[in-house]
Amino acid sequence: MSKTVPETIEQIQEEALNAVASARTPDDLQALSTRYLGRKGAVTRFLRNISSLPPDQRPTAGKEANKVKKALEAVFSETADRLAQNSAKDKTAIDVSLPGRSAVRGTLHPVTLIMRQICDIFSRLGFSVAEGPEIETDYYNFEALNFPRNHPARDMQDTFFVSEDIVLRTHTSPLQVRVMEKQSPPVRVVAPGKVFRCDSDLTHTPMFHQVEGLMVDENISFGDLKGILTVFVHQMFDDQTSIRFRPSFFPFTEPSAEVDIQCVMCRGRGCRVCSDTGWLEVLGSGMVHPAVLENVGYDTHRYTGFAFGMGVERIAMMKYGIDDLRKFFENDIRFLTQFE
Amino acid sequence: MKVSLSWLKEYLPGEYDIHRLADALTMVGLEVDRVEDRYAYLDTVLVSRIDAVAPHPNADRLVCCQVNTGNGQVPVVCGAPNVKEGALVPLARPGTVFPNGSTLKKSTIRGEISDGMLCSQAELELGLDTSGLMILADDLTVGQPLGKALGLSDPVLEIDLTPNRADCLSVIGICREIAAIEKTEIQFPDVPEPAPGNEINQLTSITIEAPDLCPRYTAGVLTDVNVGPSPFWLQDRLRSVGLRPINNVVDITNFVMMETGQPLHAFDFDRLAEHRIVVRTAREGDLFTTLDGQERKLHDDTLMICDGEKPVAMAGVMGGLNSEIESTSTRVLIESACFNQASIRRTAKQFNLGSDASHRFERGVDPQGCVRAMERAAQLMVEICGGKMAEGFIDVHPGPVLPVVIELSVDRTNRVLGIDLTADQITQLLQSVEFDVQPGDSDSRLSVTSPSFRMDISRPEDLMEEVARLYGYNRIPTTFPAIRDSRATTSPAISFRERLKALMTGFGFIEAITYSFNAKRDYDCLNFSADDPRRRFVSLLNPLSESQSVMRTSLVPGLLGTVRHNINQQLRHIKLFEIGQTFIRGDENALPDQKEILSGLWTGNRVENTWHDQNTPCDFYDLKGVLEGLLTALRVEATRFTRLQSDGFPYFKPDAAAEILSGTTPIGVMGEVSTSVCDTFDIDQPVFLFEMDAAVLASVTPSTRQARLLPRYPSMNRDITIIVDRNIEGFTLQNHLYQLDEPLVESIQLVDVFEGKSIPPGKKSLSFRITYRSETETLVDNAINDIHQRLARHLVKNFDAALPA
Repeated sequence: MSKTVPETIEQIQEEALNAVASARTPDDLQALSTRYLGRKGAVTRFLRNISSLPPDQRPTAGKEANKVKKALEAVFSETADRLAQNSAKDKTAIDVSLPGRSAVRGTLHPVTLIMRQICDIFSRLGFSVAEGPEIETDYYNFEALNFPRNHPARDMQDTFFVSEDIVLRTHTSPLQVRVMEKQSPPVRVVAPGKVFRCDSDLTHTPMFHQVEGLMVDENISFGDLKGILTVFVHQMFDDQTSIRFRPSFFPFTEPSAEVDIQCVMCRGRGCRVCSDTGWLEVLGSGMVHPAVLENVGYDTHRYTGFAFGMGVERIAMMKYGIDDLRKFFENDIRFLTQFE
Repeated sequence: MKVSLSWLKEYLPGEYDIHRLADALTMVGLEVDRVEDRYAYLDTVLVSRIDAVAPHPNADRLVCCQVNTGNGQVPVVCGAPNVKEGALVPLARPGTVFPNGSTLKKSTIRGEISDGMLCSQAELELGLDTSGLMILADDLTVGQPLGKALGLSDPVLEIDLTPNRADCLSVIGICREIAAIEKTEIQFPDVPEPAPGNEINQLTSITIEAPDLCPRYTAGVLTDVNVGPSPFWLQDRLRSVGLRPINNVVDITNFVMMETGQPLHAFDFDRLAEHRIVVRTAREGDLFTTLDGQERKLHDDTLMICDGEKPVAMAGVMGGLNSEIESTSTRVLIESACFNQASIRRTAKQFNLGSDASHRFERGVDPQGCVRAMERAAQLMVEICGGKMAEGFIDVHPGPVLPVVIELSVDRTNRVLGIDLTADQITQLLQSVEFDVQPGDSDSRLSVTSPSFRMDISRPEDLMEEVARLYGYNRIPTTFPAIRDSRATTSPAISFRERLKALMTGFGFIEAITYSFNAKRDYDCLNFSADDPRRRFVSLLNPLSESQSVMRTSLVPGLLGTVRHNINQQLRHIKLFEIGQTFIRGDENALPDQKEILSGLWTGNRVENTWHDQNTPCDFYDLKGVLEGLLTALRVEATRFTRLQSDGFPYFKPDAAAEILSGTTPIGVMGEVSTSVCDTFDIDQPVFLFEMDAAVLASVTPSTRQARLLPRYPSMNRDITIIVDRNIEGFTLQNHLYQLDEPLVESIQLVDVFEGKSIPPGKKSLSFRITYRSETETLVDNAINDIHQRLARHLVKNFDAALPA
């Protein structure tokens, strides 16, 4: 009581209005109403104290005080209505268990997802990403890659022919030649894309996807090939995945290596997926054959390089546990929407 | 290539852990696909005892036995003459797969159940005896699997050979690799030198008229040959690698081929006209019947083995019926030759006639192995067929292959492989696979001669591979190359495609990848006219099927096919897109025009069944909204959708299709697929579809944009509602207003379209919301009243419009 003396009615009004503005509930407001307008409230007390003023001030002060009282009463009443409405509105109950309105994002094809992962890994390693035509000349698909005509190596890839000299590319390797023809070393490039082979059964579709890779520079060794592909496998699968390199044959690489990883299903113990070997083939690779470098006019004494290629669906099958290759191209939306 | 361990051990005696051996072969480059015991079929053949024999009630020659399996008795019907109580015999249980491929089933024979089969030696391929049941020794344990009881086990390695390793298409070839791995020596079969002499030259002659296709031809002649079945060991060897025994002479040629890799052919010497051989190409159109009984029309590049008159064999591919060894043959000419790889391959492909011989000739046969293989066959024919070898042999050798000497730099080998081997280490590795290695002209150079059977070796890199594989790929240290620059880029087409994919999935569309091949009739289904450019197909010469015989010229058939597939799975609410290449045939022998298309469709409900919305089907404007969103996101400017005038898209409903433009550049089309087209794809619901050319879309997509300042003053909205003929397109009116170029008009939006009660028939009411804004002041009503009225008057005047009452 002592701190509010001497109090003017204006001060009381200002204090009251501020207090009302911060009232959040009808109860808050009720307490304020009592504090200012109640029997022992500030305004009531002020009115009561008017009699103690000098007589000449009493009429003005009384008038002012009554005006403030009315104004505050109006504010309290308005505010009470508003708070009551708000609290009534807030009481609207909803069934939070009902489904929300649809905001479904579409999904990318698993081939796109895996292809993107592969290219991203190599991009981080400093490889460019490029692509070439899906229908190719015999020269780029075979000859320039050291597959002579009438050579049994051509049987390794069942080829769809458009004419004697034009084929559906059987691998993404033609891009090696196309890139090297346009660019001098150093070359680092990966080439994703569709490829075609005339083969169709449980484990073969006539169309599938590959990512090809090529690195050519001075002093590139087979050890470097192992290094880059080991990093790739560890990033694509995980750091614990064992990897092995074994001799193989591709006409455009020498030495050539198949890259196997520890079976992702059985962790190398042996299962149906890996035919009990504990290993799964994921990549073909090798040091670029000097004949290929010669075909694009590179100096084979100065430059060496390695190339590699992998099947995208095959890696997708390993990563996602898909057991039927044909599912990729049936485009059943229940299949397509599983991956992200 | 299949090889059994027992055969390998003929030349490499010793004990082997078959799985370790398989791994070791795989790691030197001979990938072992599978290891299987060739007696595995005996696992379900049991040692059994015949407990009782009773006559068959319905057959004189059969008996009904009670056979003890060690685990009870089973009834078995048997017709063997030597069946007798108490004998131990092999019982094949139902499920047994016999070596000939047939599977035994429980059966009923003339009314009696037979729960298995009692077998002869020959039926089990354990001997030649077909006369009766195989009687087993009394001390065997009844109930034991037969393989185990007889100690029969012979693992067979199935090796997936790469085409460069022709030298390993033989048992000895594989032994060479094993000898290198195991550091042992091969014990080659002891073949006597043929008796020297001239007798052969009195009997026959060899003429090579096509020396480029036949670099070597050797022949020997045997007389007094008895043709008949081979002894069991020989039949067994052939069967162990999957060959079928025929007669002793033919079996011997096959045996030697499998042993040495040299394909041989045996002619009935007395069926050769003039008793001589001429190697030449055929005359175009000549007819010839191969051993398989097929008559074939020859080409002028088909290399033939002929006698004095006519062709008698298709060289290196298949013999002829006219000179085949018969049971009555007594004199045999053995051919052991080398043929041109490409020529044999071309012939085998032309006639679709691959054989074990052509498989080897295509890949390269050791020219130094001919004589030895011929001698080996002759030796066996003397031993097995009682033949006599005519003294001497013929060896015509017009194309001798000189050994190639390769200079190998030790430094470069180390640098290319990333290892650090000494010249001695490299020498030892190469010598282990029979390379001749001599010191070169300096300490760090080696002079290497490859053995004649390694026809895959021609350059230093080939030797480096030998070094690497024999040293072990996995012992080569893993290193990292220096990345000398940082010009890694991603091709713009890939980046743009990724952007489109991100946007389309953002709009709720699912990415599909359909086959790049279609059927021609798919394009009939889309109503394309005969001269439509999308009928200029790139056709495949060797399609897998009619439905995949041409390269797609449009993504539409694939996408509609996908809708059909999903509807068949009761999935009816579909938002799909695909980005892929289409192909239009260009000039002959030029690559086709390859164009990347973004296409997508929406069918079914706007939102999949939900309590918020009761099955509202999607419509034209749903898809159009997505495309507008797509174009806005790409910041493509001046986009518009106009009624499709072209008749190049006959798969849309004519009055519900639009062309999409940016300025005057057409970037795509969209519309509702016509009911008849849907019908041919078995789709029974409306489909809204769009197509855009990705490259064109990229060309109208700005690369970067400058930021635009936000307006400083508030805008003011006013609506105009007018009534116009219902055929007038809303966009025309809007465009007209824009073209008046009123400076204060910021944007014009169509906010309402109404037809029906209160609007005269044939008319519609359109409401536009016009947003006015000034860059310099806050607008007041007065400032825009005039402009707004002017706009309304323009519409009334130019479109014969009425203002609402």
